[in-house]
Amino acid sequence: MQHGKYRFIVGFLATPLGIYALFVIWPFIQSIYYSFTDWSGLSPEFKMVGFKNYSRILDDEVFWKSFQHSVTFVLLLPLVTLTLALFFAFMLNVGGRRRKNAAIAGVRGSSFYKIVYFFPQVLSIAIVALLFQFAYNPNSGALNSALKAVGLDSVQPDWLGDPDLALWCVFAVLVWSTVGFFVVLFSAGMASIPKDYYEAALLDGANRITTFFKITLPLLWDTVQSGWAYMGILALGAESFAVVQIMTVGPNGGGPDYSTTVLPLYVYQKAFRDGQAAYATTIGVALLVLTLLFVAVVMRLGRRERLEY
Amino acid sequence: MKTTETPPVDTAEERPPVTEVTVARTPPAKATEGRVLNFFSHGMLVLWAFMVVMPLLWAVMTSFKTDRDIFSSPWALPDRLHFENWSRAWTSANMSDYFLNTVIVVGFSLLGTMLLGSMAAYVLARFDFPGNRFIYFLFIGGMSFPIILALVPLFYVMQNLSLLNTLPGLILVYIAYSLPFTVFFMTAFFRTLPSSVAEAAFVDGASHTRTFFQVMLPMAKPGLISVGIFNFLGQWNQYMLPTVLNTEPDRKVLTQGLVQLAVSQGYKGDWSGLFAGLVMAMLPVLAAYIVFQRQVVQGLTAGALK
Repeated sequence: MQHGKYRFIVGFLATPLGIYALFVIWPFIQSIYYSFTDWSGLSPEFKMVGFKNYSRILDDEVFWKSFQHSVTFVLLLPLVTLTLALFFAFMLNVGGRRRKNAAIAGVRGSSFYKIVYFFPQVLSIAIVALLFQFAYNPNSGALNSALKAVGLDSVQPDWLGDPDLALWCVFAVLVWSTVGFFVVLFSAGMASIPKDYYEAALLDGANRITTFFKITLPLLWDTVQSGWAYMGILALGAESFAVVQIMTVGPNGGGPDYSTTVLPLYVYQKAFRDGQAAYATTIGVALLVLTLLFVAVVMRLGRRERLEY
Repeated sequence: MKTTETPPVDTAEERPPVTEVTVARTPPAKATEGRVLNFFSHGMLVLWAFMVVMPLLWAVMTSFKTDRDIFSSPWALPDRLHFENWSRAWTSANMSDYFLNTVIVVGFSLLGTMLLGSMAAYVLARFDFPGNRFIYFLFIGGMSFPIILALVPLFYVMQNLSLLNTLPGLILVYIAYSLPFTVFFMTAFFRTLPSSVAEAAFVDGASHTRTFFQVMLPMAKPGLISVGIFNFLGQWNQYMLPTVLNTEPDRKVLTQGLVQLAVSQGYKGDWSGLFAGLVMAMLPVLAAYIVFQRQVVQGLTAGALK
């Protein structure tokens, strides 16, 4: 198979690699370079300023707020989403009443639940964010009027307008839109665990909670771990940018009073609203470091002996 | 360590047939506890299904109401079906333009992504050459980097190439940012295909290019469908890339168009039109998902299960 091999390889690789290098790799390299300049983005002129942008970060209050919110997201979002998803998936696959000839069974209607839970996954995060922005509307939104309807007239939070609550409103939307995907993913994983394991454990008197921690979770660990990394990247990436930018108040989102701003949004605002492109790339580099750190920690902590079955 | 050590299967054999015995032996107290637990957990499942469906149904319902009803009684059913909200959103709120732009951008990007992605993946999976591993990891690396970091310089790269705020520019960017996952997935897929068929075609005188298009691509169809659905939804739902790179009002895609609509309708007070637009954007994707449910789930979970 040597005939014309290299010509073929070059012919097939040139276009995809060229597009990828031009639109992805090259900007990444540039952005690290720009973080050492004073480039505004508005004019082509700039000069090297060394670590000035990096020392500016240290005193930038908004940066630290964004950082804090992003860290909160990256720590809590995978935890909450994956815990809920594991619980639901376990119920769907193992939680059902025992039937004849089967030691374990899913609850009735489990395939229906899986279809419904997956809905948010196919919708754009932008549409989801808009929808919930109206649901959260303090005067006529679905939430507050539902509270009124059940007689809680005195409990009418401002939701996205309340600096103490706004971040959690956004957080809830991210959880809402991601749980279903992992329910379906974990269900597929759980379905491939041999039933004999459960039968044997149940015969030995184990209850469901024990079987979850001793059988299901260890055998599903690889999937959980990659889900953890995936959720963390999502919490630091485009999804958190979209929900905060669309849902929250203030010029281009992040309010009230910077209570919801996150790192990707701050990069965007500095570059395209404030004309400080170089400083924006510096914040972006901080985000990159945070992302890589997170992935490394998940891979390291999550490493276990691989279980064969 | 093998897990067979955890649940010793042989003990099961010593005991009489499995399930019924377990049930019979269970003391009554435990049975009640089980029932309570069962009730609780089933309740949680119902609650979550309710929480997923409710906002969507609420949006559909609201899209048929008048603006006054939306504000005075958000949970009441519409007095009649106000279809004029929909036609207003479609025409005067530019939803038709946004749809058309999205169809054009996603159509070409999807085609380009699949073609270029599988070409690169095929070469990386089946040919040995210096730099193969390096190029592969260069592609894969793109999956975990925060895209926003690259977007700042990319904006100016696009400007210099006169591609900023153009649909072809957006298509190229969509392709570039979809390549990492496509290459990752298709490389793994091409590795699983038997090499004997390709060799036979090659012996019969087919060129490498012809072997790829006429033998290997048809064999890779299941993989192409999975990754195609993944890319389609990702590109159709894309928000951040067009927000930064495509700000021309009449070239906006659906997601940014809706956000734009939310801002401008806020001034005009046409909330019913906005809800109609939202539902209009939601329904085709949800309908397609319900019809092709199995394929969609396979496509979206395929990467994570690898």
